[in-house]
Amino acid sequence: MKYIIAIIQPDRLNEVLDELEKREVHLATVTQCMGRGRQKGQAEVYRGHKEVGSLLRKVKVEVAVNDDYVQPTVDAITAAARTEHIGDGKIFVLDLQDCIRIRTGETGNVAIG
Amino acid sequence: MQVRSFVPWVACALFALLALSPALVRAQDTSTDQPAATTSGDTSSDTSKDTSNDAAPAPAPIDKADTAWMLTSSALVLLMTPGLAFFYGGLVRRKNVLSVLMQCFMCMCLMTLLWVVVGFSLAFGADTAGGLVGDPMTYFMLKGVEFDKAWPGLTISGQLFMVFQCMFAVITPALILGAFAERFRFGPFCVFMAAWLLLVYCPVAHWVWGGAGGFFGLGGDGALDFAGGTVVHINAGIAAFVAALLLGKRQGFPSKISPPHNLPFAVLGAGLLWFGWFGFNAGSAGAATDQAVRAFVVTHVATAAAGFAWSMIEWFHNGKPTCLGMITGAVAGLVAITPASGFVDPGGAICIGIGASVLSFIAVAFFKPKFGYDDSLDVFGVHGISGIWGAIATGIWAIKGYGVDKAGGLLEGNSVQVMLQLKAVAFTLVWSGVLSFVLLKIVDATMGLRAAEHDERVGMDLTDHAEHAYTMVD
Repeated sequence: MKYIIAIIQPDRLNEVLDELEKREVHLATVTQCMGRGRQKGQAEVYRGHKEVGSLLRKVKVEVAVNDDYVQPTVDAITAAARTEHIGDGKIFVLDLQDCIRIRTGETGNVAIG
Repeated sequence: MQVRSFVPWVACALFALLALSPALVRAQDTSTDQPAATTSGDTSSDTSKDTSNDAAPAPAPIDKADTAWMLTSSALVLLMTPGLAFFYGGLVRRKNVLSVLMQCFMCMCLMTLLWVVVGFSLAFGADTAGGLVGDPMTYFMLKGVEFDKAWPGLTISGQLFMVFQCMFAVITPALILGAFAERFRFGPFCVFMAAWLLLVYCPVAHWVWGGAGGFFGLGGDGALDFAGGTVVHINAGIAAFVAALLLGKRQGFPSKISPPHNLPFAVLGAGLLWFGWFGFNAGSAGAATDQAVRAFVVTHVATAAAGFAWSMIEWFHNGKPTCLGMITGAVAGLVAITPASGFVDPGGAICIGIGASVLSFIAVAFFKPKFGYDDSLDVFGVHGISGIWGAIATGIWAIKGYGVDKAGGLLEGNSVQVMLQLKAVAFTLVWSGVLSFVLLKIVDATMGLRAAEHDERVGMDLTDHAEHAYTMVD
């Protein structure tokens, strides 16, 4: 089992979810978040004062999958989130120790899907 | 710790005093002045019957159309304060939005009470101290301010005139709070604002509107101030400047202060201000006259010119026109046209509006960063600077016959008027600047003005009011 965290451009979210759906990855958790990379933020102007924002708006998508689905998930996110511009984001793949479905108490691989 | 627990007691004492004073006065009133008190009781319960019976002395008749317009205007001016609350509230950080809204609403409550008890009398009572201020006893607790008799020189009742003026007394202190937003404790805020209304606002209102001769008289050879450019905007603007200097900068100013937390709020607030300002300026005609229509039109034109001008300035200067810039320009235009609104034509209004945006833009984009004072929401840059500009511009573009009987402004060859305007500006700057400084120093020495470092960091909403504006989870 793996836990996949993707930080993406906010406007790519719908495409990413569609692409995951196509590869039968139905479960995802989505959060609005702020972040920065090497390019820094975009300058904003308030009453004539330029403020170089240090953080940019991003969306975080989290998906827990069984090992068979790791590559399709990564492919889906990469395909849908890529604009080939700076700031397209990152995907992190983490080992997942366990998973428990709260409703039934099932654990492990069966609980994920 | 001891100082903090002492604060609510001071506030309580103030409110208790306020709550008690009407009762005390009523008791005094009925015992000393029995017949007068009963008559006024009758008239308030049934006005129409009383006017038909009691028509014997009959000063000026009350005009129904004027009454309708001035009732409407009073409500419009009141709406400016919640409008201002949202204008300011949107510009602060989310942890302080309630504190700003609360301070504005507290002005609506506290200033109204003070106005009824003694403020109106200080502003419009008989001259005392050589015309410096009104006699606090003339209309103490609104005694002698009638529902059914016209206010001298007007065709609306004394009570209606009083409540219209009350709305000005509400918004003027509220304007100041933008300068020290996000760091002024609520208890000292209430005390300072109460003292400021009575000792700074009321005398200036008396000079300009209330005095028989006035301190610098507003007759044919006096300074022109149609709707309160000196009384309201310069007065509040300079007090704001002094407060910003005395209180010092917010932690992290200027580079580590987050941007405005909700610009749509600020736009909503600016829209309400624009709307309410029609009551402020056109209502200052005191009647539903051609002068009211003229004031309405030039208010609208100047505001449009100023909002447009600020956008153009930003477009050329920064490459992009901002929404905050446009509404800031509109407010600057409203401020600048205020003293001129009854006296100029639409051409003059356009010039005044553009001038307001140019000068206020310079003030907030260059002057403030250069000198480094933290006027949080640019009260001085917008209200102070555009207020001063408006006062001077009135002396330039005033038109003979538009409520200016003897002579027009500079463009009609009357250069004296500009000097009279400058004198009025100087009087207001010195009076408000010095007294605001003294009042703030006194409140600082006794209660302390500034929020504790920790409280400022956490935010005033939680530390002063035990609330959050926005919940994070349901």
